Amino acid sequence: MTTPASAVLHQPLTLEFDYTRSLGPVLSQYISGLGAKQVIGGVLSDGRVAVPPPDFDPATHDAVTEMKPVASEGSVVTWSWVAEPLADQPLDHPFAFALVLLDGADTPFLHAVDAGSPEAMSSGMRVRARWADEPTGSVRDLACFEPADASTSPDQEVGEPGETKIGITSVRLSYDYAASPEESVFGKALKEGRILGQRCPVCQKMYVPPRGACPVDGVPTSDPVEMPDTGIVTTFCIVNVPFLGQRIKPPYVSAYVLLDGADIAFLHLILGVDAHDVRMGMRVRAVWKPEAERSFSMENISHFEPTGEPDADYETYRRHL
Amino acid sequence: MRDVAVVGFAQRQMRRFDGSSNTIELLVPILQELWEQTGWTKDDIGFWCSGSSDYLAGRSFSFVTAIDALGAVPPISESHVEMDGAWALYEAWLKIQTGEADSALVYGFGKSSASTLRRTLALQLDPYTLTPLWPDTVSLAGLQARLGIEQGVWDEKAMAEVAARSRTSGADNEYAVRGAATSVDDVLAQPLFADPLRKWDCAPITDGAAAIVIAATDRLPEKCTRPAVISGIAHNVDSPSLGLRDLTRSPSAAAAASAAGGTDGVQVAELHAPFSHQELILRRELGLGEDVDVNPSGGALASNPMFCAGLIRIGEAARRIWDGDADRTLGHATSGVALQQNLVCVMEAQA
Repeated sequence: MTTPASAVLHQPLTLEFDYTRSLGPVLSQYISGLGAKQVIGGVLSDGRVAVPPPDFDPATHDAVTEMKPVASEGSVVTWSWVAEPLADQPLDHPFAFALVLLDGADTPFLHAVDAGSPEAMSSGMRVRARWADEPTGSVRDLACFEPADASTSPDQEVGEPGETKIGITSVRLSYDYAASPEESVFGKALKEGRILGQRCPVCQKMYVPPRGACPVDGVPTSDPVEMPDTGIVTTFCIVNVPFLGQRIKPPYVSAYVLLDGADIAFLHLILGVDAHDVRMGMRVRAVWKPEAERSFSMENISHFEPTGEPDADYETYRRHL
Repeated sequence: MRDVAVVGFAQRQMRRFDGSSNTIELLVPILQELWEQTGWTKDDIGFWCSGSSDYLAGRSFSFVTAIDALGAVPPISESHVEMDGAWALYEAWLKIQTGEADSALVYGFGKSSASTLRRTLALQLDPYTLTPLWPDTVSLAGLQARLGIEQGVWDEKAMAEVAARSRTSGADNEYAVRGAATSVDDVLAQPLFADPLRKWDCAPITDGAAAIVIAATDRLPEKCTRPAVISGIAHNVDSPSLGLRDLTRSPSAAAAASAAGGTDGVQVAELHAPFSHQELILRRELGLGEDVDVNPSGGALASNPMFCAGLIRIGEAARRIWDGDADRTLGHATSGVALQQNLVCVMEAQA
C-alpha cells in the first residue's frame, strides 16, 4: 500500500471471477467445432452463413437451427494494430485485431492476426487459422490467424467434434482502489491503533467509520473525534453455514457493534465467548492485532470480546436497531 | 405526452480523480450547485435515477453507496441503470410521463482511471465469443475507422478535422481535460497509436460526474426562466454481432433521431462520439447539415467521463437554450461498441 503524493489511501485491487455459462444449442456446436479444428457457421433466413452462428436470426428472430461448416482460411476485411497487447489478449506480442471473412461464410468475425508488423497487414490479405495446442472448450481454441502465405504448413486436419455444453470465461480486472478522504483519515488512525469518528455537521450524528456523505443530509462528515474501543452489541447473528473464503470455523458471531459515543454501529466479529452466550446489549472491547501486523484496514481489530461489565439497558440502544 | 424540460445541470471532469470510485466527493458539490441553480431542495425532487458501472468502480453496489450523497433518509424513490446517465434521464422522463413524479434528478459517474479502461470495456461485449479475446475499445474503433477510410466513406483528413475542432473547442470549456488551439496538420503530424487511429482520434480517459434536473413544464422551478423543453427523446440499439453490422453506418442512431421527431431546425448538436470518425457517422445518420454547430463544448474528444459523458451532452445542449444562444438543440449519447446503441434528445425553447 502506498500514498504517492495523494491525500487519500490507495491500494491495488484485483477482482477475479470465472463466469460459467451454458452455451445453448447453437454456440455449443460452434465451440465444439473449434475444438476439432472446424469452424461452423449458422444459416440465416436469407441464406447467408454467419460466423459465429447467432442463436436467433437477426431479421426474423427465429431460432437458428441449420449449421454449415466453412473453411478455416479467408481474407481480412478490416484491421487495427495493437502495438501494446493488453493482458489476456490472444497474443502477447504486437498483433492485429481484424474482421476475417472465412471462405464459405457471408459475415466476417473478430479475431487476432499474428502478422509481425503493421506493414505485413492489409485488407484483403489471405489468412488461415492457427489452432490452440490443447483445446479448452472456448473460442480461444482458435488461437489466432496467420498470413496464409507463411512458410509454416497449414494445420487443417479436422477432428471429431466433442460436445462442449458449458463455457467458462475467466475475468480478471486490476484496479487502483482509492479511499475517500474520510475513509483515509480513519484508516491512517487505525494503523496507529486509534478509532476516529466524525460528526455530520448538520444532524450531529457521530459516524464510525466516517463517511463521504451523511445519508440523511448528504454532506461529508467532519471534525474527527477520538473514540473509545469499547461499546455494545446491538444485534447479531450466529454464522453456522460454511461459505467460500470463510476464515473462522462456524459457529461464530457476526454482530453490529456500537462504540460508546457513536450513533452508527458497524459490523464486526465477537469471539472469546461461546457463540450462544452472545446477547443484545452485551458490552465488548476491541482486541487489536500486534502493531507489526497492522495495515490501514478494519482488520487491525482482530475481533471484539466481552468486557464482563453488566449489559446495556435496551432503551439506551433501541434507536440504533 | 407531458412536456418535460431540462432545468438544471452541473458537472465535474478531470483526468485523474484522487478519491472514491463512486465519486461521492464530486456528487456532493454537484448537488449543492443544482440546488442553487433551481432554488429547490431534495424535497422538491420526485424521482432519482443514476447511471454507473460496478465493473468500472471495482466494487459491488457502487451506485447504492453513492446514494448517500442525495440524503436518502427518509426513503426516496430511486432507480439505477448500468448505462450512461443519459439513459437514466430517459427513465426519469418516462416516470414523469406516467404521472408518478413531476420532477427528477438524474446523475451519472465514472472513475475511468481506476483500471485499464479500454480493457475493462471488453466486459460490455458478447461474453461467449468476444470477451474471451479481450478486444479493447480502441482496436474495435480502429476496425470501424479503417472500413470507412478504405470504402471512401470518410478519410483521415475528415477525421483530423473533427479532432482539431474538438481540441480547439475544448480549450474554451473549463471542464474539458483536453483543449488547445489545434490545426488539421497538427493532428496529422501525430504518430499512429492504434493504426489507423492517432491518440487525438480517441477520447481521453476522463473521470467525472454530472447531474441534471428535469421537471414537468407545469412544475418548473421559479428560477428557471427559459427551460429547455424536451420535444423528443428516443433510443435504439443495433446487433451485438460486429459481423452482422455495417460498421460504417449506425441505423440505431438514425432510428432514434427519427423517433425523437427528426432534427430539422436543430442549431446546436452535442454528439457523444468517443472516436473522431464516429462523429462523421453520427452527422450523417442524424441528418445534421453544415450549418449545425457540432460539439461547441469540445465533445467526447475533449473530455469523456464514462457513464456521464452522454448526460453531459444533453446538459451542454440544454445550456445553449437557457443562455439564449439557440432555440432548438440536440443532445446525443452512445453506449456499447462502435456506436451500437444511441439515444437522441431534442430540446427547444418554449414558444
